[in-house]
Amino acid sequence: MTTVIENDSQKSGRLEVGTPLLEVKDLHVEFHTRDGVAKAVNGVNYSVAAGETLAVLGESGSGKSVTAQTIMGILDMPPGKVTQGEILYRGQDMLKMSNEERRKIRGRKIAMIFQDALSALNPVLSVGYQLGEMFRVHQGVSKAEAKAKAIELMDRVRIPAAKERVNDYPHQFSGGMRQRIMIAMALSLQPDLIIADEPTTALDVTVQAQVMDLLAELQAEYNMGLILITHDLGVVADVADKIAVMYAGRIVETAPVHELYANPAHPYTKGLLRSIPRLDQKGQELYAIKGLPPNLLKVPAGCAFNPRCDVATDLCRTEIPALHHVTDKDGKELTGRRSACHLWKETLHG
Amino acid sequence: MAENILEVKDLVKHYPLTQGVLFKKQVGAVKAVDGISFELKKGETLGIVGESGCGKSTLAKVLMNLERATSGQVLFKGEDISQLSGGALKAVRRNIQMVFQDPYTSLNPRMTVGDIIGEPFEIHPEVAPKGDRRKAVQDLLDVVGLNPEYINRYPHQFSGGQRQRIGIARGLALKPEIIICDEPVSALDVSVQAQVINLLEQLQGEFGLSYMFIAHDLSIVRHISDRVGVMYLGKMVEIGSDEQIYDNATHPYTQALLSAVPVPDPTARESRERIILSGDIPSPANPPSGCRFRTRCWKAQERCSEEIPLLAIPTTLEGPAAHESACHFPEVRESAAA
Repeated sequence: MTTVIENDSQKSGRLEVGTPLLEVKDLHVEFHTRDGVAKAVNGVNYSVAAGETLAVLGESGSGKSVTAQTIMGILDMPPGKVTQGEILYRGQDMLKMSNEERRKIRGRKIAMIFQDALSALNPVLSVGYQLGEMFRVHQGVSKAEAKAKAIELMDRVRIPAAKERVNDYPHQFSGGMRQRIMIAMALSLQPDLIIADEPTTALDVTVQAQVMDLLAELQAEYNMGLILITHDLGVVADVADKIAVMYAGRIVETAPVHELYANPAHPYTKGLLRSIPRLDQKGQELYAIKGLPPNLLKVPAGCAFNPRCDVATDLCRTEIPALHHVTDKDGKELTGRRSACHLWKETLHG
Repeated sequence: MAENILEVKDLVKHYPLTQGVLFKKQVGAVKAVDGISFELKKGETLGIVGESGCGKSTLAKVLMNLERATSGQVLFKGEDISQLSGGALKAVRRNIQMVFQDPYTSLNPRMTVGDIIGEPFEIHPEVAPKGDRRKAVQDLLDVVGLNPEYINRYPHQFSGGQRQRIGIARGLALKPEIIICDEPVSALDVSVQAQVINLLEQLQGEFGLSYMFIAHDLSIVRHISDRVGVMYLGKMVEIGSDEQIYDNATHPYTQALLSAVPVPDPTARESRERIILSGDIPSPANPPSGCRFRTRCWKAQERCSEEIPLLAIPTTLEGPAAHESACHFPEVRESAAA
């Protein structure tokens, strides 16, 4: 994979199909706490191309949000600290950039949608002001012009009666409408890449469906890359192209969406898929992964998942598994599939 | 058929909206629960689903008598408990306990686990005499799958799933007959949710409990429930067995709700027909006339704005489609099941 991108494509703003827009390489993030060092992210690699949707799946404490915050450059440092790795945006390492340069990318090129719109929006400023702020700060337009653009954006994300509501405050909107405002804000400067951190977790299912549809539609229209961070296996199945599953700060499995659901290559993914009740199936007892997600201050030796794993061996308790390439039964490499399990063969083919 | 342990008749809970400071004048009411009837049978699990603001949590509070009903009856084994107070209420509450949603805020951080689970015994000393309490608490910890030696620990020393087990142990302490679970797993991680659901099912078998299981996650509700009721804006719009609701829904709201649930199977992405509802849930202070769902319904006609549809078995339908549904135009949607 090439990391240097020709100047031509940079000027035109277009990338060759399949060239990654963003690449995270061997990222390590630590938090220094009173009780010790918590290694929240331990060598994460992923990439996303224009028009592609990467879903990062994981439970609380898996490091999925910390990775996203590091990409955006909004991680509190200290206590957070990036100890190793690169984040390449169009081939340039953002971690080596000055604050000034990063600010130019943040919002303009890479935008973020947060989980809880009510706490992400400022309660004492009208939504029109907050939407217009993007244009005033980044493009230096006048107040009146910014407001006109805010109305246009609100129309774009289908907020009814945008003209009348532009001076309303966040608390006057419903949860779904607030999340639309968050999406509008992220889209305002037409970024290449959107990072959505649990964008629909706080919403009801019918509203969740509306918001996810809107997001998918806008993504296709602007050919944006999307990193969708979530714990909801249902939402992932609906929208993702490829998936990275995280556990205790590491990626344990990556795969194209269909293959991951049909044939997981890591016991954790397998367990997760088995433990969710299905709407279209009524089973007897649910399969439950035993034990609890690990404390990041004392991650188990070897594979972090080994105390909860049904198939763990002595090797799993001593040696951290690498993210192996995965092959099919005939030994042919499966594109895009990787698994960080010593026993991936047994898991995938057994 | 098992007997009804709980019967709810035309239950109403309105919160008054007032104007003025000194001379408060009622200008309206938030109709959180507006005429709900259903029954809970002994040993069964009744799931209640609906979106936020539909009144499902208010319903739980009124059943527990944490909020007093505006009108209507709640019959526990034939006796109306909705207007009880003092000692009589205390005696009834022994039999109806609650497990709350958020295990982080529903446990007092300054009390040890032993004190939290043992507190019901302070209020009802007849259940466990003073000398036996420690033993009783340890037994409860064991029942919910926690180490009995943790009795002197504090809630912050436990993970979310373990805390929810503590909440369940507290609910079990008085050996109730009914447990009302208000979103008991929605704050937990996916891999831990299954553990708690399995525990609840196992306890039901062991102690013959009846559950009212309130949740917004339709997949979990289907898994655990024998019967399911669907609420919308303070009304029950459809109620029936899990097969009747999930495979033969006749109310358009239920159909839309089911179709919106993301299915964890990417191959279903194209084949699945989804109904995307427009708009948001209207304000319960000023609900639409007639059928409350009509503002978002694709089938709505003039009749829907004039006449409130009653929750009844439609005469036009038969088989599993014939169950209680509050719609003027009930019908099973082809391929409604996701």
